[in-house]
Amino acid sequence: MSKNVSCNIILLTALILAALLSLTIGPVDLTIMDVMNGVFGPSNDPVSIIVSELRLPRVLLGILIGSALGVSGAALQGVLRNPLADPGVIGVSASAALGAVIAIHLGVHLVWPLFIPIFAMGGALLATLILLAVSVRESSVLMLILVGIGISSLAMAGVSLVMNLAESPMSVRDMIMWMLGSLENRTTTDLFLALPFILLGWIMMINVGQGLNALSVGEDTARSMGINLSMLKFRVVIGSAISIGAAVSVCGSIGFVGLVVPHMVRRIVTKEPGDILIPSALMGGLLLTLADMLTRLPTPGATLQLGVVTSLIGAPTFLYIIYKTRKGMR
Amino acid sequence: MCLKTENINLDINNNSILEDVTITLNRGEMVGLIGPNGAGKTSLLKCILGLLEVKSGSISVDNKNIDDLILKERAKKMAYFAQGAPIYWPLTVENIVGLGRVPHLNQWQKISEDDEKIIESAMEKTNCISLKGRLVTSLSGGERARVLLARALATRAPYIMADEPIASLDPAHQLQVMEILKKLSKNNNGVMVVMHDLSLALRYCDRLILLDSGKLIGQDTPDIILSDDKLASVFGIRASRWTDSGEDFLITHQVNEET
Repeated sequence: MSKNVSCNIILLTALILAALLSLTIGPVDLTIMDVMNGVFGPSNDPVSIIVSELRLPRVLLGILIGSALGVSGAALQGVLRNPLADPGVIGVSASAALGAVIAIHLGVHLVWPLFIPIFAMGGALLATLILLAVSVRESSVLMLILVGIGISSLAMAGVSLVMNLAESPMSVRDMIMWMLGSLENRTTTDLFLALPFILLGWIMMINVGQGLNALSVGEDTARSMGINLSMLKFRVVIGSAISIGAAVSVCGSIGFVGLVVPHMVRRIVTKEPGDILIPSALMGGLLLTLADMLTRLPTPGATLQLGVVTSLIGAPTFLYIIYKTRKGMR
Repeated sequence: MCLKTENINLDINNNSILEDVTITLNRGEMVGLIGPNGAGKTSLLKCILGLLEVKSGSISVDNKNIDDLILKERAKKMAYFAQGAPIYWPLTVENIVGLGRVPHLNQWQKISEDDEKIIESAMEKTNCISLKGRLVTSLSGGERARVLLARALATRAPYIMADEPIASLDPAHQLQVMEILKKLSKNNNGVMVVMHDLSLALRYCDRLILLDSGKLIGQDTPDIILSDDKLASVFGIRASRWTDSGEDFLITHQVNEET
């Protein structure tokens, strides 16, 4: 069995164990047995309901979003051949945030909470359509990213404007809390809202591995090997835009996962850009599950937001990894 | 069996880069592509490889128009060796040479045992075996050139298109790369080399293609292409020539205003 396959199995096992452990944590302490019963034999007793209706959607959503961030980060770094690329560079996260703050500003979430993710998806969709229009005309990946950074800045300016115009401090607080990212109180509805888009993104990116490997020696050489570069770029950028847009829409901005996960995978599994996609998905899911467990630890004052925890774990990990791998860089 | 361009024209941003260029590259010969900077040498190479789209004219490889070949079929016919190409990740030499098999594998296929043998033999031909496990980021310029050449060889393509394969290499490594390319041509590969060193072009190439300002000046044996009047009119230089141990040499001088 190759090293990659065994690493994937280890990561998958760790992910499942972390998810089960995560299901036991909460206001009501449950044992692993309770969790097993709740997951595999749902019945009407309160413990089963806690597990299957409250905790399971949150844990599954965390895995889904973590893996979407991990895969998109790995694919974008591969296609841009830049280890600093992160899903934020294509501007979709910021646009989703703009949609969400507009929903909060208008107060539509008080009518129906799902208006926040729906507005956020609208924002993400708009950014994706702009990227799509650019990618049809522009062959250069750099141009696409510059456009992405432009979209991102514009959307952040929009977010600032909305916050500036907000009349009540409560709604500003809601906006900030949303942007810090959280899985709290997410239900099966949120899960099913994000799932189809994240899956679509994955399907688009499912076979880009060989192209990403070939791109290690530059665009011209990759094309000389029969790689359709426009198609590769389209799949990665639009595929990430769709899945990141959906992920951010349901749980806010979760920083550093997309940036740091591919680096962790490169350090422990493989450096081949096409082969880090699956381990990055598993690692992203694992990291987010662990981070979400930390947010549920009792803390003085307000509950920790997920995005805060991921950044607090992510940034030092990132620094450690670049310190350790500095010899391999030029 | 040959590679052919017929009256190709290339425009970039409405500037004419190549005008009516018709050339051939036969299997079993090494052809040097020479001309001053900006003559269109690299552009011609990229058109042949399908990396640049021609405005008019046709390019065929073994009697098939390259536009009719799917990308990977085209990639099996022609390998590209750009010595100055970037390598972006700290991958091993084996990883990079292994990329040569990409045209032969579908998107899901992994490298098979047969592929491994081909990769191994490409590394042997270019003296890279001892570098196998090294990170490409730790290689010297000469080693890096050999690794990229091994990557091109691992495609097993009958035509090798080399873009300035010896620029920025020391004299020993220049000769090493030229010898490997020469050996390939003797093994019935067609080798096209963009180069600036006219003395090495004279020694190693079976034929030379001379371009100037996007136009084909001539394609013939090196002694005809590197004649005094062509060197003067195209490059604005003159040459001293001599023969040593049966090999021809040439060294270039600036043309003196008086002479």
